[in-house]
Amino acid sequence: MRGKLGYVAGLAALVACAIIVHAKPGGGAVSGNVTYEGTPAKQKIIDMSKEPSCAKQHATPIVTETVVTGPNNALDNVVVYISAGASDDSTPSQAVKFEQKGCQYIPHVLAFQVNQTLEIANDDQTSHNIHPLAKINHEWNKSQPPGSPAISEKYDKPEFIPVKCNIHPWMHGNFAVMKNSHFAVTADAGGFSLPNLPPGKYTITAWHESYGDQSQDVTISGSETKTVNFVFKAKTY
Amino acid sequence: MRKMNISNWSVGIAILLAAPLFVSAQQGESHIGKVSGHADTGKQLYFRYCWGCHGFRGDGGGENGPYLNILPRNFVAATFKCRSTPTGTLPTDQDLYNSLVRGFNNTNMPSWVVLTDQNRADLVAFIKTFSPRWQTEKAGPQIAVPTEPKATVESIKHGQALFQKLECWKCHGQEGRGDGPSASTLTDSNDQPIRPYDFSAGSRFKCGSTNQDLYKIFMTGVDGTPMPSFADVIKPDEAWDLVHFLRTLQVTHKSPELSLWESTKEGAEQVAAKKVRGTPTGSGID
Repeated sequence: MRGKLGYVAGLAALVACAIIVHAKPGGGAVSGNVTYEGTPAKQKIIDMSKEPSCAKQHATPIVTETVVTGPNNALDNVVVYISAGASDDSTPSQAVKFEQKGCQYIPHVLAFQVNQTLEIANDDQTSHNIHPLAKINHEWNKSQPPGSPAISEKYDKPEFIPVKCNIHPWMHGNFAVMKNSHFAVTADAGGFSLPNLPPGKYTITAWHESYGDQSQDVTISGSETKTVNFVFKAKTY
Repeated sequence: MRKMNISNWSVGIAILLAAPLFVSAQQGESHIGKVSGHADTGKQLYFRYCWGCHGFRGDGGGENGPYLNILPRNFVAATFKCRSTPTGTLPTDQDLYNSLVRGFNNTNMPSWVVLTDQNRADLVAFIKTFSPRWQTEKAGPQIAVPTEPKATVESIKHGQALFQKLECWKCHGQEGRGDGPSASTLTDSNDQPIRPYDFSAGSRFKCGSTNQDLYKIFMTGVDGTPMPSFADVIKPDEAWDLVHFLRTLQVTHKSPELSLWESTKEGAEQVAAKKVRGTPTGSGID
């Protein structure tokens, strides 16, 4: 009896330990910049004349977003994440929002976690159909006329999913379904930071919708911040 | 003693060998009404009738595949067009079975009505072995199709308003000819060009020919194609109004809805305007 109790107590202590370790954010971090070299393909001007309600929302015609760059060769819309070494995290309770506005997807690249609620809203005066072309997850396709409530969805497997609207063929976006909470999407200056990393060996991967992905290994000890930079070769087509 | 050991061993091995067989037999089944299909029999049929197009691995990469407009279905992806279940879910056994009976209009998939009920059930069981999804998931819940109310002039007019409001015409065209402003840009999930259904041709729909089939097509969506699901945006009674209106777009296909619509002045004018009178024969062209 006594032995059993001891065993249970020991187990409880172990579990408590594990919880404390898990709850304590690691002090380490990875940060860096994502840039490109070469000349990226020129983005095409989108002709929205078939959808006047959207066209009038843009004072100057917008361009495609397959490659978006910032100052000093910064490459935007790159998802930087930990592809190996980090444990899978629990699903955050807050939803991520994906907007259709002016016949554009905002944001162009949306990263969120497995099983996290995804809310898709239509702010336009026209019908859209949201058609994420999932291969690993389930492919679905839903109509969303103006004024209808937000569509709520989830993905249960990690995957990069191109999103399109068949009615407006210029509309393209991407979902990045991540298995842990350590990810960032580069914007403007191309910088990223992945904080709260406990000491350990990690594989950092950077993914871009047109230029593919690349990975680097990094070892973090203590609460140091390691710098990892990614350079993508721009394609001219 | 030694002999005993050997027999024990052989029994153990026999059980080990049989266990996976038993499991796969349970997974490789289909149930269509009273008929139960079995994947092992279906496999023989598949490699006789289906693999030329759908391929050795069931991925649609058969020898004939590249020559077909609208590529053969990829069973590994397990995305199916004709379902009674919501968009993104697996179809029921009956849905797959019905597709085999029907064939797919305007594609190279023929009707397999020549096979027996048992053959088709066996094929359904085998098709379900290509994707691991069938092992971890059940078919989606069948969507409710309420009893169809009688078509009236009002219901047709309301359906017409919905056709405008939901912007069906963006792809299917104002006259339902499949020539809307977005029609020419459409691609399916294989990145192949695909045409929206042309109602004026009056042919069968891809997923059946009854009003109930038509109801299911837009309430479930045709997965793998640009046709989305409208389940979240159309109420069930409104959906029947839309069905009644869509029938009037099939100007070359006799239906009670078309006759009713033609009996009104407004409807008769619209139908007359949509009908192409006379067939261009080429005579008189030098």
